[in-house]
Amino acid sequence: MDRVLLRASQGVSQWVSQWSKPLWLAVFWLMALPAWAQFRVEVTGVGLTQIPIALTAFKGEDPTQRVSQIVQADLERSGQFKSVDASTPGVLDETSRIDTALWRSRSADDVVVGSVTKLADGRFDVRYRLVDSVRGDELLAQSFVVPAPDLRLVSHKIADAIYEKLTGVRGVFSTRIAYVTKQAGKFNLWVADADGQNAQSALTSPEPIISPAWSPNGRQLAYVSFESRKPVVYVHDVATGKRRLVANFKGSNSAPAWSPDGKQIALTLTRDGGSQLFLIDAQNGGDAKRLIQSNGIDTEPTFSADGQFLYFVSDRGGSPQIYRLPLAGGAPERVTFSSSYSISPSVSPDGRWLAYIARVNGNFKLYVMDLANNVANAVTDTSADERPSFAPNGRLIVYATQIQGREALMTTTLDGKIKARLSGQSGDIHEPHWAPFKTP
Amino acid sequence: MKRFALVCFLTALLAACSSGVKLDPASVEDRNTSALSTNADANGGTANATSETNIRSVDLSASNKDTAGPAGVERIVFFDYDSYSIKPEYQAVIEAHARFLKANANRKVNLEGNTDTRGGREYNLALGQKRAEAVRRALVLLGVSDNQLEAISFGMEKPLAMGNDEASFAKNRRTEFSYR
Repeated sequence: MDRVLLRASQGVSQWVSQWSKPLWLAVFWLMALPAWAQFRVEVTGVGLTQIPIALTAFKGEDPTQRVSQIVQADLERSGQFKSVDASTPGVLDETSRIDTALWRSRSADDVVVGSVTKLADGRFDVRYRLVDSVRGDELLAQSFVVPAPDLRLVSHKIADAIYEKLTGVRGVFSTRIAYVTKQAGKFNLWVADADGQNAQSALTSPEPIISPAWSPNGRQLAYVSFESRKPVVYVHDVATGKRRLVANFKGSNSAPAWSPDGKQIALTLTRDGGSQLFLIDAQNGGDAKRLIQSNGIDTEPTFSADGQFLYFVSDRGGSPQIYRLPLAGGAPERVTFSSSYSISPSVSPDGRWLAYIARVNGNFKLYVMDLANNVANAVTDTSADERPSFAPNGRLIVYATQIQGREALMTTTLDGKIKARLSGQSGDIHEPHWAPFKTP
Repeated sequence: MKRFALVCFLTALLAACSSGVKLDPASVEDRNTSALSTNADANGGTANATSETNIRSVDLSASNKDTAGPAGVERIVFFDYDSYSIKPEYQAVIEAHARFLKANANRKVNLEGNTDTRGGREYNLALGQKRAEAVRRALVLLGVSDNQLEAISFGMEKPLAMGNDEASFAKNRRTEFSYR
């Protein structure tokens, strides 16, 4: 009996000594989990070709706001990257020797290492290296010195650099989105980072705000406000908060859309009776020039990035459909045919794709059409999708929808395969618009 | 130029009426400013002697009293689904508002068109506008002057009923008379 007990206790102590180190690691990981979970982006779906990448923890990064985690979430949200297990026995930084065999064994094509160091003056020195783990080549090495409030921004810039290096496409992680919320009878126009974080209110109003539209230089928002008990259009400089009333004609003024050179705004006015499309000078307001005539409703104008076309919604044919007007001259041409109700067009910057909302069996669904052959596909399985807006690199679309009864701000790849839910302000979320790359 | 001369003349007149104020460009302006603030005081309701400056005070509070429009008349006209024409049962309401507006030519009204909460916001703004225009046209046909009317839309933004059922949708498809 004693021998059994002795052997049992020996077994236990052997087991304990064998597992003590991993146990401690597990305990530590569990303690860190809440902070990590905070930044876990809800990304769903499986993409076709995704680059497997290992984002190791940066030495010295703040556990409550991990630079490496923000980079990882950005890359995952793009749909073009898949994170592999990046845990390492020790802490690595940008000076560490890269064990390419380890990363290859985890099927990572690339690995990122880095560090965050607080300087004497309170700023942070952020450094990283992107290494090709197949050949061991260093692909990128950068360093930044930033004040604390810019740590999120520098994380997004790192994600942009890695994304562009490995895909050849410009990253959108440092761009911004605008959206409107309604909560407790108050309306807010928010400007947030492209991941939904860091939202700041550009406008608070007791009356509705709709249709925010970024200017081409990324500095101003045009929007429709009901603050004076009728819809009017403002142009609002988000950095200074200064705004100008640019359209207050008789009747309703709405659906502002900037021309690619930022000089004009197309919009919907009812001053001549019925909703029709007009152009006004973006900086000086003034009189409005009628664009086209129809006997129905013409609204939701949006310019193609090359300035060749104006897409818009019209029910001149009996039901709302999307049309395309050649701005050099000529008649509008109908673009949507597969649904009896198609609205809210958004064109990709390269002019190849059209995102819009179609009503199908009473549900409002996001569709993406290839403009080369007019073939459109539904890209969501939700039924209350609203107002899509392309990212400035044309690889993602932001839209609002409802998931299980809750409002959500979502991004999707154009094929619908990778979706991410953005953290947003609470309340009813509407009308997102993706800002362009900011011009200096 | 003519107006400026008139202002100068009137101001000179006022200056002559008061005591010891020299007539020079600076005091013309001062006179004007003080006259304006006197006017503002009058609007604020404080008792004030306008007789000295000979200004006719304008009291805006009177027009605040009666924004209700015609007493005892419905302010809301409801519409059927996907419809932008006025149902026969609302003809009497329209006629009552038309009588009021014709009898009170200085009164203005905003006709606020609305839709139910389904669909896109901008397209619904345009559909609500159709409902406002329908009422406007009906009033104009009955002889109301167009410059007393402004047709605007709230689209789906100001629902009366928040439910996701036909009864709520029906309550939201409407045009409201909002007297100013």
